[in-house]
Amino acid sequence: MQRGLIPGVLVLAVAAAAVGVFVTRATPIDSSPLAGRDSDPAKGETVFIASGCASCHAAPDAEGDAKLILAGGQRFPSDFGTFIAPNISPDPEAGIGAWTLGDFASAVKKGVSPDGQHYYPAFPYGSYLHMDDQDVVDLWAYWQTLPRDATPSQPHEVGFPFNIRRSVGVWKLLYLKDDWAVQIADTPELERGQYLVEALAHCGECHTPRDALGGMNRANWLGGAPNPTGRGMIPSLRPADLTWGPTEIVYYLETGFTPDFDSAGGHMVAVIENFAKLPASDREAVAAYLKALP
Amino acid sequence: MKKNLAFAIAFTALGCGTAAMAQDDFSAELKARQGQFRIMAINLGILGGMAQGKMDYNADAAQAAADTLVAVSMIQQGPMWPAGSDNMALDSTRAQPNIWDANDDFLSKWSDFGTAAQAIQAAAAGGVEGLGPVMGQVGGTCKACHDTYRAPAN
Repeated sequence: MQRGLIPGVLVLAVAAAAVGVFVTRATPIDSSPLAGRDSDPAKGETVFIASGCASCHAAPDAEGDAKLILAGGQRFPSDFGTFIAPNISPDPEAGIGAWTLGDFASAVKKGVSPDGQHYYPAFPYGSYLHMDDQDVVDLWAYWQTLPRDATPSQPHEVGFPFNIRRSVGVWKLLYLKDDWAVQIADTPELERGQYLVEALAHCGECHTPRDALGGMNRANWLGGAPNPTGRGMIPSLRPADLTWGPTEIVYYLETGFTPDFDSAGGHMVAVIENFAKLPASDREAVAAYLKALP
Repeated sequence: MKKNLAFAIAFTALGCGTAAMAQDDFSAELKARQGQFRIMAINLGILGGMAQGKMDYNADAAQAAADTLVAVSMIQQGPMWPAGSDNMALDSTRAQPNIWDANDDFLSKWSDFGTAAQAIQAAAAGGVEGLGPVMGQVGGTCKACHDTYRAPAN
C-alpha cells in the first residue's frame, strides 16, 4: 500500500511542477490586432511623454533633449534588490532597434522579452497592460525617431531567490489584472483620467502600497506607500487625504507648486515635467479622476 | 586655587557641553534655512495667486514679492548648511547627504534660483500676463534642486 502511494505522490508532484512550469512560462503577446494599422509618430510622442519612458530610461544625469537618449543606467532600489534601467534606445545592438512591433508590445504589455524571459515588474507593465493597441503602434512609430545610443545595459543587482526570473511568472499570475483598479463613472473626461492615471502615467506603481510579494494592494488604491528609495512616504492621493481642489491639482501637475507654494521633489519632478508637456485637458482629466475616486 | 580649578573644570564642561549640543541638533541652522524657504513660499504664493487669478493683480504687491525673492537669493547659504545636518543624522530635516557630496552642484542650483528670481523681479510690475512664464522658470529651479537633494515628506 505504502509502496503504491509514493509513486502516486511523485506523479502528482511532477504533474504539479509541469503545470507550474506551464502557467509561469513567458508567452509573447498575440500581435495580430496590431498588424496593418496606420501609425502616427506625433501621437506616439504624447504616449511617450504620458508614459514617462524617458524619466526612467534616460541616463542618470541627463537634462533637456538628452533625456530622449534612452541609454539606461538609472538605479532603482527596492526590497528585492537594485534594478538598473536598461538601454532601450533604437540602437540595434545595445538597445531595442532590432525588435519587431510584436516584440515591443509583448515587452510593454506583458513584460515578456523577445527571447522569452520575464521582465521584473520594476518595469511597470502591470499598468501598461491597459495601453490601447493603437497607442502601442503609435509609440513604436515615435520610437524610431529617437536617437540611438551604444551604452551597454548593466545587469540588475538582485540576489537569490529573486534572481530566478521564472518566479516572476508566479508574480504575474497573482498580480496582473486586466480590469481597472476602481469603478468610476464613464464620462469621457473620467475615462481619460483613468487611462492616464492607471495605465500610461502608472501613478499606482508608487502611490499604491504593495504587499509582501511586491504586488499593488488594490484595496488601498493610491493610498500612499513608503518610498522604496528609503526615508519618507509617497503620499496618498485618495480624496480623504488629498484635500487639494481640482484646480490646485492641475496647477501642481503643470508647475510643481503645491497650494502653499512648496514645490515637488524626488521622482515627482520628472512626472511633472512630463505632465506639463501634455494638453491642459489631460491634467484636468487626472484631477477629475482623483476627485472621483470611491 | 581649588575654587579656580573647579571653576575651570565647570567652565570647560559647560563649553564642551554646549559644543556637543550644537553639533547634535543644529536647530539654529535648520530654523534659518527652513525659514528662508517659507519666506520664498509666501511670496511665491502672492505672485502665483495673481498669475492664477485667485487674487487681483497689483503691480506694487507683485514687485515687493519679487524683490523679496531676490533678497532671499542673496543670503549666503554656506553657514546654514553645516556638515552633518542631514536627514540621516536628524529627523527634523529632509536635506539629503548628497548636498555635501555634490556641494558645488547644490550651490549652483541655488544660484539658478537667484537668476530666476531676477527674471521675476524684472517682469513683476509689467502686468499679470508676464507672471506665468517667469513663475514657471522659478518653479523649475525649485524642482531641479528638490529632485536631487530633498527627501520626500514623511
